[in-house]
Amino acid sequence: MWCERCKKRQATVHVTKIVNNHKTESHLCEICAGETGQELGFLFEPNFSFQHLLAGLLENEFGVKSEAFTERSAQELEKCPTCGLTFTDFRKIGLMGCADCYQAFAEYLNPLLRRIHGSISHTGKAPHNIGGRIRARKELETLRRRLKDAIKREAYEEAAQLRDQIKAKEAELN
Amino acid sequence: MSLDAQIKRLLPGWLKEPAPDGDIVFSSRVRLARNLNHLSFPYHAGEIQLEEVIDQVGAALKSAGHFKNYTLHRLDEMTQHDRMVLVEKYLVSLDLLKNPAHRGVVLNQDETVSIMLNEEDHLRIQGIYPGLQLNKAWESAEQIDRLLEAKLDFAFDEERGYLTTCPTNVGTGLRASVLVHLPALKMVGQVKKVLAVLPSIGLNVRGAYGEGTDSAGDLYQISNQVTLGLSEEEIVGKIVSVTKQVIDQERAAREALLANDSRLQLEDRVNRAYGLLTHSRLISSEETIKLLSDVLMGAALNLIPKADGQVVKELFFLIRPAILQKLIGRELTPGERDHYRAAMVREHLGMNRK
Repeated sequence: MWCERCKKRQATVHVTKIVNNHKTESHLCEICAGETGQELGFLFEPNFSFQHLLAGLLENEFGVKSEAFTERSAQELEKCPTCGLTFTDFRKIGLMGCADCYQAFAEYLNPLLRRIHGSISHTGKAPHNIGGRIRARKELETLRRRLKDAIKREAYEEAAQLRDQIKAKEAELN
Repeated sequence: MSLDAQIKRLLPGWLKEPAPDGDIVFSSRVRLARNLNHLSFPYHAGEIQLEEVIDQVGAALKSAGHFKNYTLHRLDEMTQHDRMVLVEKYLVSLDLLKNPAHRGVVLNQDETVSIMLNEEDHLRIQGIYPGLQLNKAWESAEQIDRLLEAKLDFAFDEERGYLTTCPTNVGTGLRASVLVHLPALKMVGQVKKVLAVLPSIGLNVRGAYGEGTDSAGDLYQISNQVTLGLSEEEIVGKIVSVTKQVIDQERAAREALLANDSRLQLEDRVNRAYGLLTHSRLISSEETIKLLSDVLMGAALNLIPKADGQVVKELFFLIRPAILQKLIGRELTPGERDHYRAAMVREHLGMNRK
């Protein structure tokens, strides 16, 4: 059987489509099938990617969808200062433009991330140099809490020790 | 170059034994998404920034001693055919090929590590091993991540974690997946039931060939949905423990098939498949995959005296179009492909390394 499109090559791709109970058949060669997009996955193209769901995920957060958004039209014009991506762009494509977009659009992100991941905070690994700083800062917080507690208990000797430790930690962090 | 040497070069380097639980698990993969500060993400970046990414990674590889055996390849310096070979070896994604200009890939010698440059994210670090070795894949990707972060300024936020182009990857930036072979569960009609449970615990399932749960070759990929709020070890651990349970189910189904009257039917089916593969003169890729699936199970259960499971797994790669045409040394029409595919399968299946 010859390809019904170019009529020059063997038809190797045979497609039966059923749309509204109406059956159509087509017989194409591999090249024409590729050109007309009749490859595998041609039978049903679900319009259901994350990008397509994104608008819905964002809109639901603000209650009544379109009204809430017209009020926010000023914010929709907000741009990431680093890469120039607008919030409207982000809603359309579902992708951030650069790392700084996460700051620029921070206020919209929490609800979105909660919907996608069920969480808004990272608990995994951090780059080593940053990880060390996070740890040091958390230790510093703990020391300050203990210092307050020691002063409250009038345990001045302990407080003096803690104060020295805090100073050392602060110096380390800077 | 002899055909044997050619085959060795075209098989994925990572596909070698030992492969723990390799009778059911084909491969284990971990992919980490990383981006560089101060540069737009690839789809939003201009040529200069994209080149900057390749330059920075190239410089980082040169300055760290560990990367002696790593090579950076630019996609625009390869033929489309060679690029497709990388896709078929699971070393890069099809998405990376959409626009080869300013894209790259870094590979180590045994192809257990690959780093895609300027795919959806600036870097996608992949570790891949045969069988159920997801922890090993994670450790190898993590090691590369650690070595690179000493030289590169990765975009990271204390609250959000690693910042990625798509918010669905933010946090750990980690996607872990295993490819499992479940022919017996399919035969007893239980595969959908077993796999349907996985989405409810945050895991994705898809057929390795084609979409949905009806996979040609009975190969399914299980991966994590969520990347934020769980640690890397938790994500990897969850997939490993779930995969072990899926393995148990598949083994139980295989035993049930062997313990009943169905044993003879099973023996018949896998040996017929072996017979077809060793005697065909023309065979489509679809039919080959279906028969290879039967033979792979037959080999695992020692039902086919001559079949070697590792050789069967290799065939899943050797019959793919770009690799096959590379082996033959020229472009083939679809009809020619069916002819050479049959010849390749006959020749390779006759090998037994046991």
